[in-house]
Amino acid sequence: MARIAGVNIPTAKRVEVALTYIFGIGRKSAQDICEKSGITSERRVHQLSDDEVSKIREVIDTDYLVEGELRREVNVNIKRLMDLGCYRGLRHRKGLPVRGQSTKQNARTRKGKRKTVANKKK
Amino acid sequence: MTRSVWKGPFVDGYLLKKADKSKASSRNEVIKMWSRRSTVLPMFVGLTFGVHNGHKFIPVLVSEDMVGHKFGEFAPTRTYYGHAADKKAKRGK
Repeated sequence: MARIAGVNIPTAKRVEVALTYIFGIGRKSAQDICEKSGITSERRVHQLSDDEVSKIREVIDTDYLVEGELRREVNVNIKRLMDLGCYRGLRHRKGLPVRGQSTKQNARTRKGKRKTVANKKK
Repeated sequence: MTRSVWKGPFVDGYLLKKADKSKASSRNEVIKMWSRRSTVLPMFVGLTFGVHNGHKFIPVLVSEDMVGHKFGEFAPTRTYYGHAADKKAKRGK
């Protein structure tokens, strides 16, 4: 088991894939990390020596914004929009799509589960 | 797609003049404007603009955070009072 960037414990997968279990690291940045720390991305995490793991840790610490810190930054950005009173902020407040999508139908990801409204009388 | 940097921020010319004037007069009046497409520049911070929403002028006090946004973003053009059924449900509670 390898602990990288706090809580994450990627499994017996290829390094390239295992690293994507960290919030803020996708396939591309995982490959970049491998390259920077001089590890071939085909190798699996349990094959890595402690030195190599700490090398990866170092690269992530210096070059990447990851996990809690990244989440905080995203939330701060959203908070800023909401406090500004600009259109995007209003959409965030109401929990509706922010980027001009249609809301006549669908938009369920933002709106959440359907709330059925009872029929009007008569 | 972001705007090319070499073009600089877009602002309608008349706004600059109006802003200069109100700064010189140092009375903080609402500057009426229709140009929702203009970018908020750093020089506008502290001024109050009345941004037209198609019906009336919404007063917007420009703060530092607003720089880089467009004026139109701060004056919503649609009114939505919620659905009638929702209101009834709320009143019942």
